[in-house]
Amino acid sequence: MARVGVITFPGSLDDRDAARAVRIAGGEPVALWHADTSLRGVDAVVLPGGFSYGDYLRAGAIARFAPLMEELIPAARAGLPVLGICNGFQVLAEAHLLPGALMPNAEGHFVCRDQRLRIENARTAWTSEYAQGQEIVVPLKNMDGRFTASAETVAELESSGRVVARYMDVNPNGSLNDIAGVTNEAGNVVGLMPHPEHAVESLTGPTTDGLGFFTSIVKGLINA
Amino acid sequence: MARVVVEVMLKPEILDPQGQAIARKLPQMGFEGVTAVRQGKRFEIELAGPADEAAVERIRELAGTLLANPVIEDFEVRVD
Repeated sequence: MARVGVITFPGSLDDRDAARAVRIAGGEPVALWHADTSLRGVDAVVLPGGFSYGDYLRAGAIARFAPLMEELIPAARAGLPVLGICNGFQVLAEAHLLPGALMPNAEGHFVCRDQRLRIENARTAWTSEYAQGQEIVVPLKNMDGRFTASAETVAELESSGRVVARYMDVNPNGSLNDIAGVTNEAGNVVGLMPHPEHAVESLTGPTTDGLGFFTSIVKGLINA
Repeated sequence: MARVVVEVMLKPEILDPQGQAIARKLPQMGFEGVTAVRQGKRFEIELAGPADEAAVERIRELAGTLLANPVIEDFEVRVD
């Protein structure tokens, strides 16, 4: 069974929901602690949402130097599938595993809504169960969700198909080009500002559209 | 004991909604003639030893990795 680690940092909030999503997708969630020095042999890792270290300095800036990140960064560069959701995306950007940065929302306040997205790249390790161009609705909740990068970086992301998901209807935080998620060149590291792990059960989510991120990795690992 | 100051500012091309919100408030407060406000951060670092070139170089590394994110920010390091 695919073993998917979920890292808990001080201030993580969505680690339990991420673990539940892994389980519902048919994988085995493995709890990882930020101060650990071993990834415990997991097949993939999720960095969950929350406010690690109170978002002091910049969102994700201090968590990026957690002891476990010393293990994760080289492993991700070597191909380990890694998904960063919300705060996890911020941590991956601060670690320069993903391009750009996540800055305070352009409107200056917290945004919480059910957000329509379009999957722009269904070839990553975390999106292969979606159809290219598929539209999904998952919760979005963030203070620092404004994707920012240099004009050259944005152009390169667009031309190389590294925008994974894009906001539809409204741009909730001022992200450049409505970018909600991006991937690295290899497609194993994905960052996403909205929360697919909150949309895996009809009882608690607006849809079950988010499950695809987790079934993608679980099925991909089994077939690998 | 020496103090080293690190100042961090958003790169000029990066939108600064906080600075814009401050600038928008100024006319209402009777401050005229302001065309823009940019908000940054200042870090005061107290050293146990002297602020020699080696110490300042270490702080420059710190500034470029933790205190500032070079994707969006510029920084300056100086001995106070």
